[in-house]
Order: sequence, then C-alpha cells, then structure tokens
Amino acid sequence: MNDMRILERDVDTNTIKIAARGVQVYYGDNHAIKDVDVDIQDKTVTAFIGPSGCGKSTFLRCLNRMNDTIDVCRVEGDIRIDAEDIYDKKVDPVQLRAKVGMVFQKPNPFPKSIYDNVAYGPRIHGLAQSKSDLDDIVESALRRAAIWDEVKDRLTAAGTGLSGGQQQRLCIARAVATEPEVLLMDEPCSALDPIATAQVEELIDELRQSYSVVIVTHSMQQAARVSQKTAFFHLGNLVEYGETGTIFTNPEDPRTESYITGRIG
Amino acid sequence: MTEASMPAPSAPRQRVSLTAPDARTQKRKAAEARFRMYGVAGIATGIFFLIVLLVSIVGSGTGAFQQTFLNVSVYLDPAKLDKNGNRDPADIRKVSTFGYTPLIQDALLKQVQDNGIETPLEKRGDMKAMISASAAAQVRDVVIDNPDLIGETVDFRILASSRVDGYLKDRVKREDVARDKNIDAEHLDLVDALIPLGVVKKTFNMDFITGADASESRAEAAGIGVSMIGSFFMMLVVLVLALPIGVAASIYLEEFAPKNRITDLIEVNIANLAAVPSIVFGILGLSVFIQFMHLPQSAPLVGGMVLTLMTLPTIIISTRASLKAVPPSIRDAALGVGASKMQSVFHHVLPLAAPGILTGTIIGLAQALGETAPLLLIGMVGFIASNAPDSIASGLLDPNSAMPAQIYEWAKRADPAYYERAWGGIIILLIFLITMNTIAVILRRRFERRW
Ligand SMILES: Nc1ncnc2c1ncn2[C@@H]1O[C@H](COP(=O)(O)OP(=O)(O)OP(=O)(O)O)[C@@H](O)[C@H]1O
Ligand SMILES: [Mg+2]
Repeated sequence: MNDMRILERDVDTNTIKIAARGVQVYYGDNHAIKDVDVDIQDKTVTAFIGPSGCGKSTFLRCLNRMNDTIDVCRVEGDIRIDAEDIYDKKVDPVQLRAKVGMVFQKPNPFPKSIYDNVAYGPRIHGLAQSKSDLDDIVESALRRAAIWDEVKDRLTAAGTGLSGGQQQRLCIARAVATEPEVLLMDEPCSALDPIATAQVEELIDELRQSYSVVIVTHSMQQAARVSQKTAFFHLGNLVEYGETGTIFTNPEDPRTESYITGRIG
Repeated sequence: MTEASMPAPSAPRQRVSLTAPDARTQKRKAAEARFRMYGVAGIATGIFFLIVLLVSIVGSGTGAFQQTFLNVSVYLDPAKLDKNGNRDPADIRKVSTFGYTPLIQDALLKQVQDNGIETPLEKRGDMKAMISASAAAQVRDVVIDNPDLIGETVDFRILASSRVDGYLKDRVKREDVARDKNIDAEHLDLVDALIPLGVVKKTFNMDFITGADASESRAEAAGIGVSMIGSFFMMLVVLVLALPIGVAASIYLEEFAPKNRITDLIEVNIANLAAVPSIVFGILGLSVFIQFMHLPQSAPLVGGMVLTLMTLPTIIISTRASLKAVPPSIRDAALGVGASKMQSVFHHVLPLAAPGILTGTIIGLAQALGETAPLLLIGMVGFIASNAPDSIASGLLDPNSAMPAQIYEWAKRADPAYYERAWGGIIILLIFLITMNTIAVILRRRFERRW
C-alpha cells in the first residue's frame, strides 16, 4: 500500500460508533486530556498519533473505562457508544469491556498456557457451547492474529514463554477472541518485526469489515497505511481530526504539520 | 563528571600503565577486601553459634530419648489383688497402686537374691529407690485389662527410678549420692551387678515421644506426646481461622478497598500489631475468651484462638506483599477482556500470589507453634494430668498443654531428670519447625512461576 492510495480509500459507512464530547481527564492535579470532542465511526480504523505523553493512551483507556482502575484518575465529559453513555451509573464496566476489547501497550499475557490465554475471554463470557467450539474460537483468533503457525504445536506451553512480539500477537488474539465491537490497540506493533507488523496491519484491515478499530501508533507510515481517520493529540488537546489522507497531505494546523514532518515530538 | 575525565588544564595527563594500579585503586581495593572480611567474619560467627547450639541441644537432649527399664517377673498374688477370689473387675479396681508396690518390690528383691548378688539391701523396702513410682500403676493397668493374669508370674518391663536412670546416663555420680536421700551407694552397686544380667537395661524410649506429662517426682515417666497433640489442635485452630480471615482481609484491603484515611489507618495498625508482644495477646485472650466468653481454661481451642490473633498480622502482611508483587498488567489484562474484578483476582492474581501466601502462612504457623508466653496466661502450662484425647471435641476443649509450654514447665522443675527432658522436647520442637520450614521452601519452589 502506498500513500497515493489513501486518497482513493473511502470510508464504508458514516455511522458513528463512539461519540465523545468535552472529555477531560485529570490524574490528580495533572490535566491530561483537555476538552476533547471526537466522533469515531463504525467499520473504520481510527489512528491516534502525537508525541509521547500527549495523552493518547489516556484517551484510549477512557473508551473502555480502564481508567476506573487508576485511583487518582478522574474523567469528565460525555462518551457514548451506540448513543449510550458509557459513564452512566447503570453501565457495568465489565460488560462494556467485553464489547470494547483492548490490546495494551506492553504485552501482558496471562502466566497460563497459550490456549488458556485465548480461551479465557470466551470462557467467562460463555461464547463457546462445547470444547470443540472453543477450540475453533481459539484457532481462528490465533490465525487472525498471525501467530497460529508459530504456536499451533505448543498450545499448552506458557504464553509468557513466547518472544515479546509473539506475546503481543497472543494478546491481540486474546482480544479478538471475545468478538468485541470496538477494538482499542495501544501501539500494538511497537515490539514487532516488519513481517509481523505487516500481518497485524492486515488483520486490522480485515477487522475493519466488522469492527471499529482505534489504534495508537508512533509510526506515521503505519497510521497512513492502516487508518481512514487520524486524530492528532498534542499536550492533551485534540489538535486535528479528519480523514487520514487530509491530515497527512494537507493538515490545517501548523502543529500537525510540524509533527508529521518530524519537527516536533 | 568525575575528576578522571577532567584533566587539569595545565599539566597534561600522565600516561598510566594498566598493570600498575594507582593509589586510588589500591585504596578502593583495600576497602573492598576489608568489607568482604567483615562479611565472612559475621557469617563465621553465625555458623559457630549455630554449631554450638546444635551440639549442645543434641548433647543434652538425646538422653531423653533413652530410658532405663527393669525387667522383672512379678507374681500377681491373688491374696492381695483379689481377696474375694471371684475376679470381679469392680473388686480388682478397688485395689489401688499401693497394693501393687510391694509385689513389684518383692519381685525385684527375689531377682536379686535368686541371682546370688551380695548386697546389704535385704529388705523389700530397700528396693523402693530403684523403682519408679509409676511402675505400680503400669502393672495395675495390665491387671485390670486382663484379670486372668492374677495368680500367675508375669514378665514386666517397668520403669527404673530417675536416679537409676541418671546413673546409667552419667547424670548421677557416685561422689554425689552421699548427699542424696533418694538413693545410696549400695543401690548403685546393685545396679552395676544387675546390668550384666539384663535386669537393668537402657533402651529407646518411645513413651517420651507419645506419653503424657508426669508429676514432679516421676520424671522418668514424663513424655511430650500429649502436649504435642495439644499443639496439633492449636495449629489446626490457627490454620482454620487465620488463613481464611487473613487472606480474605488482605485481598479486600489490597484489591477492593478504596484508598482513604480509614484504610490507611487499618494498614498502619496491622503493621503495628505484628510488633505487639505476644504476651499482650495472651492477656487479651484471658480477658475476652475466658473471663468474658467463658470458654474453658487451658483448652487448645482458646490457645489456638489467641495464637490466631498473634498470627493474623504475619499472614496479612505476607499475603499483601505477595499480592502486591503480582504485576498490575495481569489485572489490566483480565479486566481488559471483560473479567470482573473478582474474576481477575481469583483467576489470575491469587494463583500467582499463592506461593507467597503459603510461605507466609507456614512461617506464621511455625511462629505460633513455638510461642509460649500467651499460653502462660490462659493456663496451658503446669502439670496438666491429661491423657491423649479420644475425640476431636475433647482434643479441642479438654485441658492440655503445648510443646513449648511443656518444655518451659519441665525446665522449671527441680529434678535434674527434667532438665534432660526439656532438651529432648526442644529437639522434637525443632524437628517440627524445620519440617514446616522445609515444606514452605518446597511449596514455594513448586508453585513459583515466572511471568
Ligand atoms: N497512571 C498514571 N498516573 C498519573 N499520571 C499518569 C498516569 N498515566 C499517564 N499519566 C500522565 O498522563 C499524561 C498522558 O499520558 P499517556 O500515557 O496517555 O501518554 P501517551 O500519549 O500514551 O504517551 P506514549 O506515547 O509515551 O505512550 C502524561 O503526562 C502522564 O504523566
Ligand atoms: Mg501510551
């Protein structure tokens, strides 16, 4: 895929999956996300880019309420998935997270077997009726994460015994095994070699058929390759959000331009 | 920047050979060598004291595992034991140990005379100093169980008195007996004569390991077995109470509780409780469990509850430490796939923390096993004339002692024979502690996993 094709690539649908309005995040006194409005579309890959520490992970974690686990963290504003306020008191974050899967910045497989790593989500959500069902789910998840061939002979080996890149793909398999509607990926390829990266990008492109994917990345090329929409964060602000093609070829904000061309960051 | 990388601008830096160490390097090397020496010296001192300890324990304590017995053939005289001649168990029971003592003394005297040993000790009463005061009870128990033996001559292996035992173990010396009203030099001569005949014999003493405590004057009959059972029941209570309470409290505090003033306060207090002297828990147990709740005194149940209070902080602190050591990314991973908090704790965090929790628990138990002070206050020391309990309930509720309390009690008693038994008790206690610590190490090795 080269950059020229970005312009031709069209967005399948315009339905809004996630709508965020006036989102503020504080870590104690540290104002990490400042008044962010963003609409994330269904069946679309949205890339979050921006310099380190600008709040990409923080904002991503708002979308499945992982910030709830951090004591000092406070989230304000309105985030809706399918028009439902996810910070509503009646919303169970556990149910939300089954719907909004996440791949973390650092690979974090469970210290269990490869099989159990992938099967854990389907098991607790009751997605498989039988053992063979579960086997199928595990296999297809591992295949989609481009790691099946490497681990098919040692599914009972420890997931923690894999290499860093393999672990990350295992975590991707684990996240897709629960069939989420939205997949949040925090720098999923930072530990991967170019071949695995290409495979994961292929997976992301495939996932786009059915899910909404949000990916945080430090690689401009990757953002350009896989995403249809790009959001540029800087110091907690959402500076610019739009079609990936526009952001990369014709940014409005000078800060976006200098980041993309490598002058700030 | 260090001085080395900042050469004085005026004088150009001299070229130094790597093979000739400069003054600074030599100084640093000397300091390191000195430090290592201190370390080695410290460890050597530690090992020296450990060896001294082990040698003295083994040296002083092994005697308790051996006991001197007298092999005598006792004629169970019907005229004395069953005056009515009808072998009615009720009548036989009426004959107290005083009825048996003369029979045993006669038997020993007869053995002496039959073997033609020359001794000025010619009266039945002269034999008293040789025989343990518990011998009569031993023979009586056998007779009550088998009344048919009355009228026959039966071979018994009875306990020798603690002085005879001490003579065979070199504790009682000939030069000292002049001042001892319990035994005379003639008795020692007699013992010397009886040893080759096999009448007086020192053998392994299982009763020390399995038996009950005995009164002050019968050191030779005292065993640690019953207090071992007391310790066992206390450990059972501690395990059943302290492990679930401690682990539940730690999981709640570590994983679920909000971080606020109250939980901070609780945290500080738990840390402080671990440093509270154990005797404080003893007096707490006395006032709450015995005086207020009216639970029985001297009962392993109460002892176990007191030790639970003492062990809880240890278990909570080690459990929390091992929960803390589980990387937070594991919790995130579980929550991230839609597990509930509870599922993330029980499916992922707890299995990883298990080896640490087990180790902490076993160390807490070992600490409780060796604890004496709180038991003093709830009456688990002193001569507790109990036999092995026959049910779990009586094991928990009947008065008993515990191994360390029993050792303390023996060490306090006047008869030097008890001194040896105290050391013997220490050996058994140490075997238990070493076993428990070994189990802790093995469990840790087995369950420890990388992540
Ligand atoms: N757990 C936390 N507690 C307190 N402050 C935090 C925490 N996590 C992040 N922050 C702060 O929030 C800000 C944004 O952090 P965030 O992790 O979202 O950055 P990022 O854009 O993901 O950076 P990177 O590209 O390096 O991953 C930073 O200033 C950081 O110090
Ligand atoms: Mg980040």
